[in-house]
Amino acid sequence: MSFEVLEPGMLTQVQDMGRLGYQHIGVTTGGPMDEHAFLWANRLLNNPLNAPQLEITFGRLSLLAHSDTSIALTGADLGARLNDRPIAPWQTYEIKQGDRLSFSMPVAGLRAYLAVSGGLDVPARLGSAATVSREHLGGLDGTGAKLAKGDRIPLATPSAVAKASVPYSEIPDYRKPLRVGVIPGYQYRHFPRSARARFFSSEYQVSKNIDRMGYRLSGEAIHGDLDGIISEGIAYGAIQIPTDGQPIVLMKDRQTIGGYPKIGSLSALGAGQLAQRAPGASVSFYLTDVAEAEARRMIFNHRLRQGAPG
Amino acid sequence: MRIEGVNENTCIVYFGDSICDETAGLVKQATDNIRATLSDVITDLVPSYTSVMICYDLERIDRFGIHTRLRQALESGAAKAQDDAAAQTLELPVYYGPEVALDLKDVCEFSGLSADEVIRIHSEQTYRVYAIGFSPGFAFLGSTDQRIAMPRKSTPRLKVPVGSVGIAGSQTAIYPSATPGGWQIVGRTPSKMVDWDSESLALAQIGDRIKFRSIDREEFIRLGGQFDEL
Repeated sequence: MSFEVLEPGMLTQVQDMGRLGYQHIGVTTGGPMDEHAFLWANRLLNNPLNAPQLEITFGRLSLLAHSDTSIALTGADLGARLNDRPIAPWQTYEIKQGDRLSFSMPVAGLRAYLAVSGGLDVPARLGSAATVSREHLGGLDGTGAKLAKGDRIPLATPSAVAKASVPYSEIPDYRKPLRVGVIPGYQYRHFPRSARARFFSSEYQVSKNIDRMGYRLSGEAIHGDLDGIISEGIAYGAIQIPTDGQPIVLMKDRQTIGGYPKIGSLSALGAGQLAQRAPGASVSFYLTDVAEAEARRMIFNHRLRQGAPG
Repeated sequence: MRIEGVNENTCIVYFGDSICDETAGLVKQATDNIRATLSDVITDLVPSYTSVMICYDLERIDRFGIHTRLRQALESGAAKAQDDAAAQTLELPVYYGPEVALDLKDVCEFSGLSADEVIRIHSEQTYRVYAIGFSPGFAFLGSTDQRIAMPRKSTPRLKVPVGSVGIAGSQTAIYPSATPGGWQIVGRTPSKMVDWDSESLALAQIGDRIKFRSIDREEFIRLGGQFDEL
């Protein structure tokens, strides 16, 4: 049982929830850039929530099914087609042997998630299939490679899956300007009141320098009273302020420790929404706290457990 | 000791504000302590020079619970005798020959010392692993003797060969994999710093002591050392 890669697209990788428990020896987590979309894809199929999927960045991927299975598609709308029929994200589809599944260009969002019933049947390295190319870990053969033309993606034995779709209220609109909460922390108090005010009242743009390690934003420069700090652990979603004052949000493939001052952190769900924004998108920040971020995550986890309606 | 929240599933504990042996000892002790007593709720631990970042499973514990458990673990740990016995001293063979010591000449120029003197100073000291990061298994060792504490190169190399031993100011380190890097390269170890198929995964752990043993070309080759890159 497999999918054959006819065209690998710009960047298509195997991801699960990440390589946890090895950051103390410098191994980053990897994992889905948008946890919300990833988790819903597995949930729609009643897969284990950590089951490996494909993260499709930007599109131009084309797959040929060599067996029958069910898939769930979530996250960005990358102009997906099943044979010649356009298909929308946030729901499940039946796949028959010989079907072609293709993705063209971003219509809304940047990263789509493709889960198959039972998950991709790929090996784990250090407990995870998450692809981190820089560290040569994860993916189809465990060496961190992205998908290439001609690859065969092994699939688990599918289970019977009822047609399901994500509740309408849980589908984000990635085209909206992003307004996202920042939890103050790390070196927050080393940024003067005026710098914080500028940070929270400005509109930033997603720059062209975005990848799985970090999202560099451009806009009002922020300056604190520290040039560098003693290197410390960097959380997913932490916001570094380097000397040029342009914020960098650290994403899933970030280095484990670093020495730039940080003004705070996004929540994982907030960082996931940022990960769906392309260069030029508008981002602004509001002040939140750990309590609110925790509450929002617990609500998300609860809705996820409830699953699809009907 | 200061415990601070970072996001919905992460907090960080600070043990001091400067890089020193005492703080590094506290970090090591706390890391061992947290690992031993909180393994049911933590998903990742990131110790560094003066802090330990803790990631936890929000389905198992919330922000109040983690603070309480951390306080309990760290206060009981503080009562324990300062015990560095668990930290091992690793002896690493290093070949300081001209084929692999890409920047030794520059370090000699910087320090006004001969190559033999630089090698002797670099290898006669015992270093402490203060932090691990940058890339898997990359251990930041301190502290380099002032006389050879040359700053990073102004333009980093695009690819530093595996096993390269470098100096950057008061720090020294081994490149466990071929990555870009700006450290002044003075030698190369034939030892594998990371091996995902071995039980230990990474040779050096935070808190360990490391001593370099100067070896000749023959021994370097016999231990599996490679010249082939760059």
